[in-house]
This record gives sequence, structure tokens and C-alpha cells, in this order.
Amino acid sequence: MPKDSGIGASSKRREDVRFLTGNGKYTDDINVAGQSYAHFVRSDVAHGRINSIDVSAAEAAPGVLKVFTAADFAEVGGVPCGWCVTDRHGNPMQEPKHPVLAEGKVRHVGDPYAVVVAESLSAARDAAELIEADIEELEAVIDMKAAVADGATKVHDDLTSNLCYDWGFVEENREAVDEAIKGAHHVTTLELTNNRLVANPMEPRVAVGEYDPWKDEHTLYTTSQNPHVIRLLMGAFVLGIPEHKLRVIAPDVGGGFGTKIFHYAEEAFCTFAAKALKRPVKWTSSRSEAFISDAHGRDHVTKIELAMDEEGKFLALRTDTYANMGAYLSTFAPSVPTWLHGTLMAGNYITPLIYVNVKAVFTNTVPVDAYRGAGRPEATFQLERVVDKAAREMGIDPVELRRRNFIDKSQFPYATPVAVEYDTGDYHATMDKLLEISDRDGFEARKAESAARGKLRGFGVAHYIEACGIAPSNLVGQLGARAGLYESATVRVNATGSISVMTGSHSHGQGHETSFAQVVADMLGIDEAQVDIVHGDTARTPMGMGTYGSRSIAVGGSAMVRATEKIIAKAKKVASHLMEASESDVEFANGQFTVAGTDKSVAWGDVCLAAYVPHNYPLEDIEPGLEETAFYDPANFTYPSGGYACEVEVDPETGQVEVLAFSAADDFGNVINPMIVEGQVHGGVAQGIGQALLENCVYDENGQLLTGSYMDYAMPRAYDVPMFTVDHSCQTPCTHNPLGVKGCGEAGAIGSPPAIVNAVIDALSGHGVEHIDMPLSPQRVWAAMHGKG
Amino acid sequence: MYAFDLVKPGTVAEAASALAGGEAQALGGGQTLIPTLKQRLADPGTLVSLSHIDEMKYVRESGGTVEIGGGTTHAMVAKAVADIYPGLADLAGRIGDPSVRNRGTIGGSLANNDPSACYPAGALGSGATIITDKREIAADDYFQGMFTTALDEGEIVTGVRFPIPEKAHYSKMPQPASRFPLVAVYVAKFADGVRVAVTGASEDGVFRWTEAEEALGANFSTDALGGLSASEDGMIADIHGTAAYRAHLIGVMTKRAVAEMS
Ligand SMILES: Cc1cc2nc3c(=O)[nH]c(=O)nc-3n(C[C@H](O)[C@H](O)[C@H](O)COP(=O)(O)OP(=O)(O)OC[C@H]3O[C@@H](n4cnc5c(N)ncnc54)[C@H](O)[C@@H]3O)c2cc1C
Repeated sequence: MPKDSGIGASSKRREDVRFLTGNGKYTDDINVAGQSYAHFVRSDVAHGRINSIDVSAAEAAPGVLKVFTAADFAEVGGVPCGWCVTDRHGNPMQEPKHPVLAEGKVRHVGDPYAVVVAESLSAARDAAELIEADIEELEAVIDMKAAVADGATKVHDDLTSNLCYDWGFVEENREAVDEAIKGAHHVTTLELTNNRLVANPMEPRVAVGEYDPWKDEHTLYTTSQNPHVIRLLMGAFVLGIPEHKLRVIAPDVGGGFGTKIFHYAEEAFCTFAAKALKRPVKWTSSRSEAFISDAHGRDHVTKIELAMDEEGKFLALRTDTYANMGAYLSTFAPSVPTWLHGTLMAGNYITPLIYVNVKAVFTNTVPVDAYRGAGRPEATFQLERVVDKAAREMGIDPVELRRRNFIDKSQFPYATPVAVEYDTGDYHATMDKLLEISDRDGFEARKAESAARGKLRGFGVAHYIEACGIAPSNLVGQLGARAGLYESATVRVNATGSISVMTGSHSHGQGHETSFAQVVADMLGIDEAQVDIVHGDTARTPMGMGTYGSRSIAVGGSAMVRATEKIIAKAKKVASHLMEASESDVEFANGQFTVAGTDKSVAWGDVCLAAYVPHNYPLEDIEPGLEETAFYDPANFTYPSGGYACEVEVDPETGQVEVLAFSAADDFGNVINPMIVEGQVHGGVAQGIGQALLENCVYDENGQLLTGSYMDYAMPRAYDVPMFTVDHSCQTPCTHNPLGVKGCGEAGAIGSPPAIVNAVIDALSGHGVEHIDMPLSPQRVWAAMHGKG
Repeated sequence: MYAFDLVKPGTVAEAASALAGGEAQALGGGQTLIPTLKQRLADPGTLVSLSHIDEMKYVRESGGTVEIGGGTTHAMVAKAVADIYPGLADLAGRIGDPSVRNRGTIGGSLANNDPSACYPAGALGSGATIITDKREIAADDYFQGMFTTALDEGEIVTGVRFPIPEKAHYSKMPQPASRFPLVAVYVAKFADGVRVAVTGASEDGVFRWTEAEEALGANFSTDALGGLSASEDGMIADIHGTAAYRAHLIGVMTKRAVAEMS
């Protein structure tokens, strides 16, 4: 029986009423009395030397308060990077300065070199046209391999080259892997590109800076997935504002997908300018601006080799990747192709020897950072593609080849050769479930039916693992993270028993206001409506690290459980006093405190009232009040896994791919709200379909963005996605967090691209096509079929 | 957007005088012009909205032709000519999305003559006549290359007269991002011959594929197209399709249109 409330119930998303009726309060809805408007003047060349910028005419234009350039930021820091990767030789990565406004050079189309602040946006835009910038165009560095060739033009003149780092993992295995590959029965090799993506959340970025000179207090409203992280990075590293004087508020946020994790120059600018001008300053990104200023995602070029014995057992894996960093290091950029990618190269398989090499490269393009899945989709894509290719080459069924190499459920906990230890999983179970719900057995008949209509039908599978719930702080500290990755929660019980939970997690579409409330209500045996979730404001919630890496329920939820446990412990003490019983005899269930073996009981609400109206209260033993805070730092990552299957039809005359069916059998451990979990998978798979078939961010050789609007950047639409068949009944709960949860936010985007591409390659199996790079657009599919790739 | 003045004439004559003088520009449904203004790629000073001119919104059938007012939206055309001229209704009903179809107009589309627009194929493929506030122009003379037409400065497309063919079909291969045609072909079969108009493919904008017209005129079947292939010379090449792919699609889309009509 499905539950109708609490953990495991598909409670309706309470936040949707305000979202769907247009009553959400987003950052752009915030207008502060006296606010002024910032317009960023952005480079239209990819690489150029700034000889001079004359702002005098612009400053004299009507309504203009001030025009800012790099000179105004001489006293402040650059936008910091939150992760330092150490290279193969033990040296720290090359880390260029990222000034708030371009200094000396512009380094990508969209790099801001001036900002006009005016009484209105149109006054600011009019004045911007009066700025005379003498920018001498330099050769643009776009292709990653050319960027690291000898004598290449440098993006940053003060670095030794365009190589950010050359990372090897596990470096000690390098030679053993080479040897194993040399001596293997069969080696399957695949070269591929993981396409560059623009996240395109529905809400573009916005920042409003406000300053109160009488209190010396700054407030920044911003579209962020993690307001505390912004406060820390901007306050401590850019502007030198102590935390108690800086409040960061991220109200309703209309989607993030990773690109709203990072600290951006526009946030620092609005905060800085509000003080400089003694006026609130607002900036709202246009969609065109988002394409050239939001951090992009993925953009890897990879060669992967898989060595096998006669039976198809995996012996060794070697992968070489060039990862695009863009022109500057965005907040978490260095960690994505390394620790979030290399550590997942074992996938669901026993592969004794693995070596991952990653060269991170600076180019004259927008910075690249985490995008839904971050590193794990890149690992999963190459692995699940090479396994599929290997199956074809070895003449083994692709499902069977995977099964032969799966880690068996009896082997958990399982330490991979790439530094992580999977706690639980049952990959055969998810594969079984997948084959059932996707009706693989009926595929041949469906294929024949398509063939009769002149269409090529294909079936593809992929099996993924991801590391979520990022992360044990002391582990990531050793790996180069410059911050801890715990989460916090304060559970504030009010006098009449209602509850406000202040969480450091942030919801920007995930539905925390519903699912987090379910957990607390379930633990206390009270109505979900009595619990409110408060997030997104550094002044209202304790220090937190925010939402990304599918960490909210696993880490933020665990903190909330710990704080609620403290509440229950204290409430039991109060109850024992009220019932004149020994504390150890007090039991708590369904919102009632009882004494074992007696008919004594006291209700939740009475205990809360007693705590706040302590007339009859053991003040000598316990403090009044009922409010507890917990910080939770996980012992390990969580490891969701699952099998995805895609069925496509290819039109051989046009190359058009249609996704006919998509099935997902996920193991997310315990599930709090099945409906929300399914929605997360739906959204993730839709984005995976976008990446696999439609989306592509393309620069020309001069660094001009060819896909700067929806005229050329193809987002998935409703008719591009089929009805999904999703299942999460295979559950191996996480062993190290109190809820046994693993996280589900990114899985869909991780597991789907290889399943889709495998399906298309299967459809084209009669045409000698071994690989097509994403997106599998009609043109590319047609060209591959006709040898015109 | 730059600041502009907006005038809302109620008649064609008033609109024509508001447009005389050069600095003003007509505003139809705004589905092309408004995005252009928002990007500050145009600074017309005055916009003359045609949306309030009732005499430009009509659909009239007479004697084997249907005449559509220049201010008629795509959605209205899709509905109003569904029985009279189903091939054209189908074309109109597949332009953009519902909000585009409920604002964008046939006059605006033909005046703009985007090399990937749908209506130019419908008009040229039907052998339509473009009616302006000053004259009538045969489609064969009207389309003069990418974003170029026979219209003079300030001239208003007040209507379009389509001869109704025996059958017609529009086959559209959408560009994955914009969903405008990557290549689309309009085939219309009349008692005295077949017209085949191609959009989305050529650097010169919409054009007639005369070889296919002749072949289909002699034998209206997909077999007649067997040996034909469109040349890739002058085809558009961009990230969505090479010239060779577009040339190939012309053949495929033409064949599919004919198959639908057979
Ligand atoms: C998301 C989207 C998708 C689209 N998809 C398609 C598609 O699939 N196929 C397609 O064909 N089109 C498509 N369009 C374009 C759409 O059909 C436009 O409506 C059309 O091209 C222009 O018509 P309009 O009435 O909006 O003209 P406007 O944008 O108002 O004007 C366009 C130009 O024509 C001039 N003009 C307008 N009306 C007249 C007139 N009566 N006489 C003389 N000049 C005039 C204007 O001055 C301007 O130069 C799409 C547009 C959008 C925004």
C-alpha cells in the first residue's frame, strides 16, 4: 500500500501552487526602492588586447550614474576558484586571475570590460554605445589540442602555457595499465567528444546589490543554488566583507542545473557598486547574455581503450581526456574532469587496472564548469559507449558483456581501483528490472514492424553508477577542495508545535519544501502541513554548502534528521518530567509520548508548549525552548546506480532520430517521495535526450559563438521526449546515512546519453557505423550512414 | 530596444501615409521584428502597427482562388482555409508554435522573405499574386533573394491571392533548434502543370525546382523523381546541414510531398 503521508508518500509538491500560478518570488521580482540598473558591456571578440577604454561620453549621457571598468576594481580580489587540482608531477594547477571586469585583455566573447549603471536599463544601454573601446583583436585559441601545442598563443600571458594541469589517476598504475593493454586478447578503442552544453535554466541569472551605510550592511539577492557559498567566496576572497555584514538571499530560483552554483562576477559587481554609488544596483541577464556569460558544461575530447580477455572479462582501462576550462577557472571547474570523473571510471564493473589522464586546457571560450551530473556523465558516457562497442567487436550480447563484468552484490562494500568504495548495489537486479520494463524480448518483432515501414529501429542499454551526496569533507580536502562539504539544519519547534526547518540545502525546482517536510513530519508523527522548510537566506539558516551533486537529501536531509533526533531527545526529557516518569521509560510514536507499561501519555503539542511556557518545567535540568541545530558530514559518497534502455527509430532518408521509448530502472536506496523522484528522473532524461540528440554549443575558429540563441541552440521540447517508464523498486539502501538514501537528481542526465547513442548505433548496425558524436542530429546521422562524416 | 513611436492606423490608406517618409516601419505580428528590435539591430523611430486594420484581415474564396488579407494570422489561415485549400492550411498550421501562429501574419512573413520561411514556398508553389497598397505582383517576380522582395520602401502587403490547385502538400524537415524549415518543399498540382517550391535550402531564398516540375508534369508520381537530384551549388551550409545534405533533402521532401498527394 502506498503511504499517504510521511516518508515514502507521493505528497503533492506544495511549492507548485505558487510556481504554476505565476506567484513565485524570483530575484527579478525583487525591486528595491531607489534601485539603479547595470548593463554589462561585453567583448564581441574572443581574444583581444585592451589598449584603451574611453568612458567619458557614456558617463556624460543622460541618467548615467557611473561607468565602471577594471580600474575601479584595483583594490579588490579576483573571482576565486574553489578547488585546486594537483598534477601528475605533484605540482598545483596553473590558476590565472579572474578579474571582476577584464583587465588588459578580453578572453572570450562575453567577457565584460565595462559596466554602465544608470537610472534605467535603456539609459544604461544607450550610454554603453558611447563607450569607445580600443580592443586589438588577437588570435583566438579555440581547439584544445592546438591550444596545448608548442608555440600556441596564450590565453593568459602570465602562465607558462594554456595547460591548466596534466592529471594522472591512479598515477602509480600508469605502467601496469599500459602493460595490461599491450598483452590483452582484445582491446576496444573509441574516440569521442562529450559536447559542450549551455545549461539554460528557465530563469536567467539576476543579481540585486543593496548597501545600508548606517549599519555598514550589504545584501545581495541572487539566483544561486548555494547562497552561503557565494557569501563566503565573495565576502572573503573578492570584496573583503565579513560574513556578519553580508547577507545573501537566493529566493525562488527557476532552475540551476549546476550553472547557478558558481560565484559570478556580476554578483560581486552589484554588491560592490551598491556601496560605491550608495544606490541599490540590479542586473538581469538577457537570454542572449546567458549564452555568453553562464558557465557552460561538459566539452571533453576523449580516447578510451578497454582491454579484455577471451571471455570478455575486463582487464584494464585507459582513458585520455582533454577538458575545456574556457578562459578562466569557474568555481568548481578543476574538480569536474578529475575527482568527479576519474573516480567513476570503474562504473559497475570489476576492472582491476584503470588509468585516467586529463589535460585541462584554457581556451578563449566561456568558462566551463559543472552541469547536471558534472564529471560523472562524462565517465559514464565513454565507459558505456566503449563497452557497447566492445560487445559488438567480441560478438557478445551487450547486456551479457555487462553482466559478465558486474560487481556482484555479494562483493559490497567494494573498493574500486579508482579510490572510492561503493557501499551497496545490486546491478543484476536493476538490469533484470530494466529488461522487463523495456520489454527487450519483444524488440525483434518491433524492429521488423519498423523495417516494414522503411525505418531502422534500435535498442540500446547503459548501466551507470554515480557518486552523490558530496562529500566527506576531509576526503575532498585532501583532493583539493578549498571548502568543507557538510550540511546543516536547524529545527525550530514553535510553542504550539509547528516547525520551521532551516536548511543549508537550496531548492530550485527539486521540491525540498515538500520532501524535507515529509521526513520531519514522519519522524515526529505530526501532520506535514505543520512543518515549513526555510532555505535560501544566509541570515535565516545556519552555514550551509547548498545544493549540487545530488547531495540535498543525503547530506542536507541527514543533518535535518540529526537535528530532529536532538529535538526528540530533548522533548522526551520534557515529557518525562510532565508525566513524572523516568526518561528511559518514555516512548515517542505518532506524536504521542507514553510511558511503557502505563496509560500515561502527553501529546507533542503539550510538550512544545511546556518548553516555551516553562511554568511546570525542570529548569534546573533542561533549558527552555525547543530548537536544535546539527551539522552532518557524510562518511562516504552515496552510489546510486541503474540501468537505462532506449528504443529509437531512425529515418534512413533524413537521418532523423525519434526516441520511441525510454525505460529507467534506478536504485536510489530509500525513496522519500516517489513522485518527486520520478519527476527528477524524467527531467534528467529529457536533458540527456537534449545532449544526445539536440544540444550543442559551437564556436567557430575565431571564437564567435555560432549557437548564441534558440535559433541555433536546440533545446529538447515536449515532442522530443517519449512517455517514460521509470522504476525505483530495486533498493539497496545507503549504509552510512540515517535515511538510507542515495540521491536522484542527476541520474537521468548521467545514464541516458549512452543509452540513446547505443540505441542509434544499434539501429545503424547494418550500415557499418561504429560511432557518431553527440548530438546525433539528422545531418550527422545521415552523413555517417552515407560515409560523409 | 531603442525608443520608438507607435502609431495604430485603422485603414490601409492611413498606414500608407504613416509609412511614407522613410523613417517609419510596418509592424505586423512582430514575431520577427520585435526580437530584432530587442537586440537593437534596428532603430526604426516609428512603428506603424497594421494589427488594427480590419480591411487587411480576411479570407475570400471566389472562382478557383482564395484571397487572404495581409494582416491575417497564421492561426486564422490554418482554420479558415482548411476546407478551401487544405495544403496551405496545413503549412500555416505548422509554422512556429501557437503563440507565433496567433501573432505572426502572412503579410509579415512574405514581406520579410526569410530564406527559411514557410509562406514563401506556399506562395511561390501556388503561383500566388501578392497584392499591395499600390499594385499586384506575381510570386515569380516577387521573391528576389534572401530577405529581398519586389516591395518598395513603405509598400504594404495587403493581401495574397492563391489559385487553388487540385492538390498540394508541404513537406517540412525542421531545423532542430528553430524548427523553421531546414528544407521544405511545397508541391502543388494544377490542371495545367505542377509547381515545386523549395525553401530553407538556397542562399538565394525560395526557388522553383523546375526539373522536378517538368518530371512531375509528365508523370505525377514518385517514380518520376527517381533520377533527379537537386544540385548542391548555392545551397546553404551551416551547423545544421551541409550543402550536400540540403540538396539531398530537397529530393526526399519532394518525394514525400508527392507520395502524400498520390
Ligand atoms: C519562435 C518562432 C518560430 C517561428 N517559426 C517559423 C516557421 O516555422 N516558419 C515560418 O515561416 N516562420 C516562422 N517564424 C516567423 C513568423 O512566421 C513571423 O510571424 C513572420 O515571419 C513575420 O510575420 P509578422 O507578422 O510577425 O511580421 P513582423 O515581425 O511584424 O514584421 C516582419 C517584417 O515584415 C514587415 N511587415 C510586416 N507586415 C507587413 C505587411 N503587411 N506589409 C509589408 N511589410 C510588412 C515589417 O516591417 C518587418 O520588416 C517563427 C517565429 C518565431 C518567433
